[in-house]
Amino acid sequence: MSIASTSVIQVIPRTRRGVELFLLIIAVAVAVGAYINIGITVQGKIPASTGYYAAGIGVLALVAHITLRYKAPYADPVLLPCAVLLNGLGLAMIHRIDLAYLVRGIERSAAAPQQITWTAVGVMLFLGVILLIRDHRRLQALTYTAGLAGLILLILPLVPVLGVELKGARIWVSLFGLSFQPGEFAKVCLVIFFAGYLVVKRDVLTLAGHRFLGLDLPRARDLGPILVAWACSLGVLVFEKDLGTSLLFFGLFLTLLYVSTERIGWILIGGMLFAVGAWFAYATFGHVRVRVNTWLDPFGNIDLGGFQLVTALYGQGWGGILGRGLGEGRPELTPVSQSDFIMSSFAEELGLTGLIALILVYTLIVERGMRTALGCRDIFGKLVAVGLAMSFAVQVFVVVGGVTGLIPLTGLTTPFMSLGGTSLVANWAIIALLLRISDQARRPQTPAAPVSDETIALAVQR
Amino acid sequence: MNKAIRRMAVAAIILMLALMANSTYIQAFRAEELNAKNGNRRVTDSQFSVNRGPITVGNGNTPIAESKPSDDRYEYQRTYPGRGDYAHLTGYYSFVFGRSAIEQSQNAALNGSDPSMAFRRVMDVVTNKRQRGATVKLTINPSAQAAAISGLKGKKGAVVAIDPKTGRILASVSLPSYDPNRLAGHDVKTVQEAWEQLNADKDKPMLNRAERELYPPGSTFKLVTAAAALSSGKYTPESQVDSPAVLNLPQTTATLPNQNGQNCGGSNRATILVALRKSCNTAFGVLGMELGAEALREQAEKFGFGERHLPEIGAVASRFPDDPNAPQVAQSAIGQFDVRSTPLQMAMVAAGIANKGEVMKPYLVSEITTEGLKKISETKPESLHQAVTPEVAEQLNRMMVDVVANGTGQPARIDGVEVAGKTGTAQTSPERPPYAWFVSYAPASDPQVAVAVVVEDAGVRRDDISGGQLAAPIAKDVMEAVLNRR
Repeated sequence: MSIASTSVIQVIPRTRRGVELFLLIIAVAVAVGAYINIGITVQGKIPASTGYYAAGIGVLALVAHITLRYKAPYADPVLLPCAVLLNGLGLAMIHRIDLAYLVRGIERSAAAPQQITWTAVGVMLFLGVILLIRDHRRLQALTYTAGLAGLILLILPLVPVLGVELKGARIWVSLFGLSFQPGEFAKVCLVIFFAGYLVVKRDVLTLAGHRFLGLDLPRARDLGPILVAWACSLGVLVFEKDLGTSLLFFGLFLTLLYVSTERIGWILIGGMLFAVGAWFAYATFGHVRVRVNTWLDPFGNIDLGGFQLVTALYGQGWGGILGRGLGEGRPELTPVSQSDFIMSSFAEELGLTGLIALILVYTLIVERGMRTALGCRDIFGKLVAVGLAMSFAVQVFVVVGGVTGLIPLTGLTTPFMSLGGTSLVANWAIIALLLRISDQARRPQTPAAPVSDETIALAVQR
Repeated sequence: MNKAIRRMAVAAIILMLALMANSTYIQAFRAEELNAKNGNRRVTDSQFSVNRGPITVGNGNTPIAESKPSDDRYEYQRTYPGRGDYAHLTGYYSFVFGRSAIEQSQNAALNGSDPSMAFRRVMDVVTNKRQRGATVKLTINPSAQAAAISGLKGKKGAVVAIDPKTGRILASVSLPSYDPNRLAGHDVKTVQEAWEQLNADKDKPMLNRAERELYPPGSTFKLVTAAAALSSGKYTPESQVDSPAVLNLPQTTATLPNQNGQNCGGSNRATILVALRKSCNTAFGVLGMELGAEALREQAEKFGFGERHLPEIGAVASRFPDDPNAPQVAQSAIGQFDVRSTPLQMAMVAAGIANKGEVMKPYLVSEITTEGLKKISETKPESLHQAVTPEVAEQLNRMMVDVVANGTGQPARIDGVEVAGKTGTAQTSPERPPYAWFVSYAPASDPQVAVAVVVEDAGVRRDDISGGQLAAPIAKDVMEAVLNRR
């Protein structure tokens, strides 16, 4: 009998929707709690808008949850609550900085209501993805369409009239008075393209090659795609002056190449190309050199753009280990504290403790994405899941690393928290895709029929 | 493929761990350093909402800097009732330009963040009282300070008075001065304008000439040369030295003349006593060359040259030149060439002689007390160096009394009090007027106060400038103020 218990276990998949609901209630409670806390410390009373805010977050979370319950019952139960928590806390902090501007008499239109609207749009897109894409494998048919779309989205900001240069980077597109960052969606399209492409090409990339110094190196002609990706990412860096997207783009491609071929040689070649590209960028472009110099010595380069980082570091130091408390810091002293620097705003008011908690929530999302990839049964799905999870990880690393001075500052948004519609909506779409794949991954292959004793007995005899 | 995915999962965790490690470094380990940086608005803003403690002087704890409730965007306004009188001591406390002098060095006590006040802070939180900073009391004697200010009025220069027995600073004045109220305002634009104006002023009103400016000490440095000579054991005040009208310096064609162009008291040889009384350059030039640069430097350093004193306000170190040749030694011996001294340092020389050869460490903060005048800390007098033996000190004392009684220092005489002193007139460059010096102490038998006065530019004719005429009367006023003779 001992053989039976170790070698044959029929796992009956469980949907875990109840767990998700429970976690969602906690996430909404934390976000609403933060909102109330801010009202009490800054204005001395529970804000009148609490009901509106709580209902907004709560209803959106509930609708998303119910949709999953019926349309993707086996989906990962942790991803949605994490997203709701981050989105809710981000909203609370944006509102808090709105109040700080108000209190100090700085004229500025409130950003939080705008972000609530975008949250609603984001959740609607989330529902759209869940409802329209019943099986992620269908996306594989769109490989080259996605590739083309991704490329167009990347190039869009360079189109005269459409593209807008803001804060030194040309990554915005303005259309009918609405502006958005196409790069946020290009990311998703490119993941789909890379995954679809690699599913087809992985054999030739894996098997053909030379052995050199104990490493399996790819054939020169197979280097094509990586060189194209490298050139594209350099192009983004050069023409749009966007270090973040360029790094993200190339990092994603390398990740997927490595995962699909399992050949470490690709990483080495990619790493070398990255080093060459980075050196070239540093040597050639003034804006890259300025970023690197302000990173190395922000206090010595205050006038040259170190000011942002310096005030952000002051905020983090002011927060210390336990933080000033929500509403008791001065996050508004840091430029763009509601968007690029929102994590340093949290670091100031919630302290190191709060910042680490937030990073852990991001880690949780990334690792649930990786878990989804591991469990997924088709290669395309695996690659898409790894790609999306890794894009999340790289983005969080690049932006939080930037505002805390670990790496040079680049212009990426903090997923779910930064003020800004495009990013928020795109991230909701990414979470929806991950959930869709995880539903597929965790779903029993055949409808889970009750397992009879005879089946087990048969299995044991064999 | 799953192996590679697992590796990617680990890679992602490593990225996140790097973020956490870096943030821990910043928020746990670098926080203090970041909070101490000048220009950190979070910190300055929060300090402007603390009731900063006053800086006081005298027995009545008269405030020379205090915080008053303000009804603008900050809760308190720093004010300086003494205006320019104590500006170089208190320094300024500016929202825009940070802090200086006592406001800077005693910041932790003044804003109440000093570790010694931790318990009080906790009690304030418990009892729901607002945090209040401690009172910093200075050693300054207000009437001595006032005497120095009125004596120097209209001139450029500095006065430092020390209690020779303890090292307490009794007066420290630098003129022209500035009004720190102008820098303490909350209106950034006005403060900015005041700052630019003060910095552009060619009279340098923000420069603390008493402790942070170096002058050639001129003939007052002969006290150090004399101390070195007597300490060598080869000389007494009665020893004869060469004192021609003009000294031909070896190795050069340069000469060193006496101030009046004559020899010292009618003869080409004079005793050290007479040479000091008449402040003969040639005699001390010869003496310096006989003693050598090393002996002079050692003696100067025993009086405190080469060290930075009064860290409370950041005094600069006075200096004796490195490795001078023989003619340079001769010039150094009379306080010329590259010898440079702060008025504080020359006051310390006088105080050291007055205190039987023992130089006390100068200090400015006498005590720090809480709001209820409960003492948190008190500065105890400390010995700095034994500059000369009590015997040599007594010989120097006798010679300095002679200078005031019979020599160049007569304008410092006080009826009924024996005063010891030494004049000085220091040349810098031919195009600017010489500096007038006077160092002294009184009463000679039981010294209560030692004073150094330097007048940079009195706006009088060059021929009229001498330490005795210009600087000695100011020193006299200050000494009388301390001795309650006014």
